[in-house]
Amino acid sequence: MNRFAALLDRLAYEPGRNAKLRQMTDYFRITPDPERGFALAALTGALSFRHAKPGLIRTLIAERTDPVLFAMSYDYVGDLSETVALMWPAPSPEARASAAFDLSPHAGRCEEGDVAPPPAPSLAEVVETLQTLGKAELPNRLAHWLDGLDETGRWALLKLVTGGLRIGVSARLAKTAVAALGDTDTDEIEVLWPGLAPPYENLFAWVEGRAERPEADDPARFHPPMLAHPIGADDFATLDPADFSAEWKWDGIRVQAVAGFCPDGRHVARLFSRTGEDLSGAFPDLLDRLTFDGALDGELLIVREARVQSFNVLQQRLNRKASTAKLLAEFPAHLRAYDLLRDGAEDLHALPLTERRARLAALVEKLGDPRVDLSPEIPFSDWDGLAKARANPETVGAGPDAEAIEGVMLKRRDSAYLPGRPKGLWWKWKRDPFVVDAVLMYAQRGHGKRSSYYSDYTFGLWTAGADGDTLVPVGKAYFGFTDEELLQIDKFVRQNTVNRFGPVREVLHEADTGLVFEVAFEGISRSTRHRSGVAMRFPRIGRLRFDKPPGEADRLDTLLKMLEAAEATPASGGRVLDASARTGKRKGG
Amino acid sequence: MRPDELLCPTPAGLCCPSGNFFVDPRRAVETALITHAHSDHARPGHGAVLATRETLDLMRLRYGENFAGRTQAVAYGETLTIGDVRVCFFPSGHVLGAAQILVEKAGLRIVASGDYKDVPDPTCTPFEPVRCHVFITEATFGLPVFRHGDAAAEVQKLVHSQNLFPERTHLVGAYTLGKAQRLIAMLRAAGHDAPIFLHGAMEAITGYYAGKMDLGDLRPVRDATKADLVGAIVLCPPSALGDRWTRRFSDPIACFASGWMRIRARARQRGIELPLVISDHCDWDGLLRVIPATGASEVWVTHGAEEALVHWCGTKGLRAKPLHLVGYGEEEEIEVLAASTEAATNTPAEGSGA
Repeated sequence: MNRFAALLDRLAYEPGRNAKLRQMTDYFRITPDPERGFALAALTGALSFRHAKPGLIRTLIAERTDPVLFAMSYDYVGDLSETVALMWPAPSPEARASAAFDLSPHAGRCEEGDVAPPPAPSLAEVVETLQTLGKAELPNRLAHWLDGLDETGRWALLKLVTGGLRIGVSARLAKTAVAALGDTDTDEIEVLWPGLAPPYENLFAWVEGRAERPEADDPARFHPPMLAHPIGADDFATLDPADFSAEWKWDGIRVQAVAGFCPDGRHVARLFSRTGEDLSGAFPDLLDRLTFDGALDGELLIVREARVQSFNVLQQRLNRKASTAKLLAEFPAHLRAYDLLRDGAEDLHALPLTERRARLAALVEKLGDPRVDLSPEIPFSDWDGLAKARANPETVGAGPDAEAIEGVMLKRRDSAYLPGRPKGLWWKWKRDPFVVDAVLMYAQRGHGKRSSYYSDYTFGLWTAGADGDTLVPVGKAYFGFTDEELLQIDKFVRQNTVNRFGPVREVLHEADTGLVFEVAFEGISRSTRHRSGVAMRFPRIGRLRFDKPPGEADRLDTLLKMLEAAEATPASGGRVLDASARTGKRKGG
Repeated sequence: MRPDELLCPTPAGLCCPSGNFFVDPRRAVETALITHAHSDHARPGHGAVLATRETLDLMRLRYGENFAGRTQAVAYGETLTIGDVRVCFFPSGHVLGAAQILVEKAGLRIVASGDYKDVPDPTCTPFEPVRCHVFITEATFGLPVFRHGDAAAEVQKLVHSQNLFPERTHLVGAYTLGKAQRLIAMLRAAGHDAPIFLHGAMEAITGYYAGKMDLGDLRPVRDATKADLVGAIVLCPPSALGDRWTRRFSDPIACFASGWMRIRARARQRGIELPLVISDHCDWDGLLRVIPATGASEVWVTHGAEEALVHWCGTKGLRAKPLHLVGYGEEEEIEVLAASTEAATNTPAEGSGA
């Protein structure tokens, strides 16, 4: 466990892909079976024990620490496992003695006053124990292991048992590190992977040249996806509209739906994220529909009553861990397909888009499932025409689905499907957001990796008050800025604090001194929850305007006019949302 | 006499009206007693400065000959009388020359401890607990999650990483005064005999330390060739990490020696690849050892996570209050945050050497 914890610790801090690979390969090289195999399973998310609930971890720490100090510490660190790993008290000699007696009755009792801490468990012991351990035994066992580990070991163990092993390593990268043990191609491992199981001794033996290739071909393997570049204003002059087809850019999750037949005739289907993470478990309702034999590229959406829902709605489903029947009924998953990479046994990557699309249309039609449909093409003849469609999707065939559209995609008709982000073939053209210049009023420390930064901002606009103009808070934003801008804002906040309310600082905001943000947002609606009476959708910091005196920032009237315009023409870009549609954390990119 | 009549917090810092002096004032005052030379405690421009010989020397290195109207060197254990107040300096174990200051009048004893740590440091005189009625403590790491562990084991991590990546320069961010020299001394104790290279901003202070103890072969980065720096350990102010200055090194690994490195978010956010949890402040366990050892029945908490420490004191039946002195530790935090954007040519505003 110590060696695995040290690996996780280094990986968590290592930004470079190649250095990560080197550390993992080094670990796999020096660590014996079965320990390394369980590590590979942990890194690829292939472990299948029942995870400990955060509530259990909280109970364990509550039995050992002052609740006030725990609350302050958790607030500061922002991560439960890390807080507990750091705060976990050294076991008292009596506790050690009784634990040693309880857990290993055959080990013999130690002399009083000379009790060593329990030995650090191996990763294999942890994984194998967790697979069979009864729920009631878990707390004691976990506490015993924690007693035997140091801060890093405890952190790694808690991440592992709670299933929160987020260290910036994809399953594919871990497999690549294994491949580097020998002269193996990662795709070869991908093909075998579904037929393998922890601790993967046959895989290591094959990669290291000590045994034959394990027998297992995956009929539903992941294909690295093709990605688009953002289009710039200057790009259009160099592009001929006739070379391109256009589709809506759907505001869902990019997925790959792959299905096929095993040699024994069994049908297998999987749903992958664009990074190759297996999402199948989260979408059983969609998985059942993937009865074809092929690999589809598309967008996962929530569709209710034939209407595509906004990303906010999809987010609500993603936030739930368990897929209950109620959840599946309330948030029906839908696949909107736009490409076909494999059709039966035939690999289509090299075909031009138009041919792949024709094959896709045929496959979707044959499937005949309302939950799987074709992403429509947008008719256009020149860039101005497409710009109009992009500004008003409702009027160009998208209808009520417009709310789930975040722009248009341009794809060269003759483009082959090239994994990665090849230049010049696919372009994304997002919709313009609304923009106002607002004044920073309050700042709050972030959570997680931003726990030491003032990264959550409340901003305001001017309105007439009893004693002249005053700022009224209109929204909060916590992203949109670069790391460097975050440092600048953080510094500004610390140097211009006028009041502190717990984790919140009030920042100087007067007509001549303060910080102006250009705030971009996607939509606007009336809200009774906000003092200003309006709620912005998905606000984020566009630019820092250190150059602009706060007195010249926008007024609340500007926002109200935007709202009125949006209400007057609901089909315009200012999509009017239910007051219940809350902005939430968004997917990356 | 009430304790807050003997020493009271003012916007300029802790003031002793009976002796007409301030402890670590943030603004220029007539008479300043200074615990140690970090810039958030030691400001230039006071009429008179009373501090240890080392603190005065270090202030002179920082601010030049005329950093104060006049100075008076005070030895550890020496007792002075200022007005009708008795004052005595005791080692605080924080950095070279760092002191706790005992202020005593009419039987009432208050210790202003400045910044301190009670764990071994080869570069300074060990901390001594001083019996007092009121103990004024920092709380830079005043949360139970701050457990610095064994500093020697952290140094081993650096040595191990150097073995693992022998072709990469290990660029170690460390506070210019105190941390850098402690790290050098610990690397030497761990058997690292190779030359250690120094950023320009560290040369003068490290030179001063080297006049008082053996720090081995130290060389300025500016005189080194590219080949010298391959696989070398290079010390720089934290603000130089990630700066253009680092481009001269071969595939550098960014390391940072600080108590803040205990919190993963802090290390990650700064792009630190090898965090080294080494601090010149007490960790939580250290604070909990020191406070009872002073015998104080009342604790004033100056800067850091005051709330948690005040709460803990309450659970132990000690009267405690936060002093809300503005400005201590703050610069350091900003320096930590700003490190990746600031130019290395600016000598960084140095904080209290966390």
